Amino acid sequence: MDHKSGKPIKVSELIQEKKKSKNFNQTFEKLIPGILLGIAAISILTTIGILLTLLTETINFFREVPFLDFFTGTQLKPLGENAVFGVLPLLTGTLISTAIAMVVAIPIGLMTAVFLSEYASEKLRRTLKPMLEVLAGIPTIVYGFFAFTFVTPLLRSFIPGLEPTNILSPGLVMGIMIIPMVASLSEDAMSAVPNTMREGALALGATKLEVTWKVVVPAAISGIIASFVLGISRAIGETMIVAIASGSSKNFTFDVTQSMQTMTAYIVEVTGGEAAAGTTLYYSLYAVAMTLFVFTLVMNLLAQYISRKFREEY
Amino acid sequence: MAVLTDREKTMMKQETQNAEETPKRVVYNTKDLNLWYGEGHALKNINLAINENEVTAIIGPSGCGKSTYIKTLNRMVELVPTVRISGEILYRERNILDKNFKVEDLRTRVGMVFQKPNPFPKSIYENIAYGPKIHGIRSKKILDEIVEKSLRGAAIWDEVKDRLNQNAYGLSGGQQQRLCIARCLAIEPDVILMDEPTSALDPISTLKVEELVQEMKKDYSIIIVTHNMQQAARISDKTAFFLNGEVIEFANTDKIFSNPSDKRTEDYITGRFG
Repeated sequence: MDHKSGKPIKVSELIQEKKKSKNFNQTFEKLIPGILLGIAAISILTTIGILLTLLTETINFFREVPFLDFFTGTQLKPLGENAVFGVLPLLTGTLISTAIAMVVAIPIGLMTAVFLSEYASEKLRRTLKPMLEVLAGIPTIVYGFFAFTFVTPLLRSFIPGLEPTNILSPGLVMGIMIIPMVASLSEDAMSAVPNTMREGALALGATKLEVTWKVVVPAAISGIIASFVLGISRAIGETMIVAIASGSSKNFTFDVTQSMQTMTAYIVEVTGGEAAAGTTLYYSLYAVAMTLFVFTLVMNLLAQYISRKFREEY
Repeated sequence: MAVLTDREKTMMKQETQNAEETPKRVVYNTKDLNLWYGEGHALKNINLAINENEVTAIIGPSGCGKSTYIKTLNRMVELVPTVRISGEILYRERNILDKNFKVEDLRTRVGMVFQKPNPFPKSIYENIAYGPKIHGIRSKKILDEIVEKSLRGAAIWDEVKDRLNQNAYGLSGGQQQRLCIARCLAIEPDVILMDEPTSALDPISTLKVEELVQEMKKDYSIIIVTHNMQQAARISDKTAFFLNGEVIEFANTDKIFSNPSDKRTEDYITGRFG
């Protein structure tokens, strides 16, 4: 090239030269948005596809089982001659295990977040937070196994009536599993509250506890609630822990010492067996899955509504 | 100008006499204060006596320790983990650096306004009521009164009285800063510390805050850190000039700006450095 020969470089000329070869690049540039849209559409189309399948098969199910019978039926006997499909045993199973999990996860997760964000030294926080996140990475089957082989026997030593498979133990273990998620997301929300706000409250003579509960937590409330709801969604959708440790009795009960089945565990059980396509049993999978989907959807909408309503702008 | 009535004349005379007869009481007396951030010696042998019902301005170039000093007066400086302090700061004759001195009590008596307005992300009403509430005042009626009185005291009542339940972040920067002053007034402090309160504000809002400071010194002792020398000259009674963590000169504002005794003060106020 000529700029080696000592001739001064003219950048504007170089740019002009390059521009001529840019035509290809420019058409490519114009295609990019279309390509990206196509890629983004993959996930949207898949979701729509799944929804449509769920919907059509659910409609097939309700041709055979009346809608009301399904949602008010307290008996679920999917096999045999006189199969009965009532979803209530599964609903109570799911709701009770979720409630137990959240009773564990919300207070412990929130307190952990408060400690990490407001009280722990920077050094301690930098060590503890990654550890929490490792806990969140344990496969759920390990938790399930832990519930079945460790927590249940432990609980049985002081709750004599506890059955070998029961909803209490997987509920508690699910709670433990969700703690890191609640703690980590709530901590992010609290750390995002500007320090100037803490200073403003401290300068009014507030104690650290008052600053935390009356300034930081309210300011971070939308993020905190979002973490709770994500936790609830996770608990509703959790499968392995309950499938292993809660057995497959389709009891309609509120007694946590008994075995119960959740919606997810039912799907595991039925898909694991031989549900021939086109049978009512087969369609019941879709009906339960649809119910599960509506549950999580409602949870997410609720979360959005709550966090919008309580959002404190800063 | 209208001719003064006899009554007004006597009143003015009395006021001047009062000022001469009762020397002002010291609210903050700093004795041999030294402060370190880790190894950095940020404040060196500070000795200052600050009077009540006056505006005391603290000026100096960036990094001279003026903000550190004002934050030591309500011990907010202790939020920095590596800080070490020696010496004494007597507030109303009690040493606030004493381990037994409850810092919450101090901060209830000594309010602070920050460089950047920092209202809470709550309604205007809740911002003012926060202080009284944490100190145990629950009655809605009393809180209503406090809110109005404080907002009036900070000359912002007329602007916000119709939207007390709206979020404070809907206010302009200058209004937010006056709201923060009102928040301070709500717990009826004795001293108000202001750390460059107008540095983030436009000139008109700055003027309003300055007028307010003048107005407030009847009832409060005010210590204000400022980068703006004209501001110090306009609003303060006494001025302290800080340089490299030391107090170079502390005197009446008139004297500092007309006839400083230290060459470095003169250089700074005439804009030769800093």
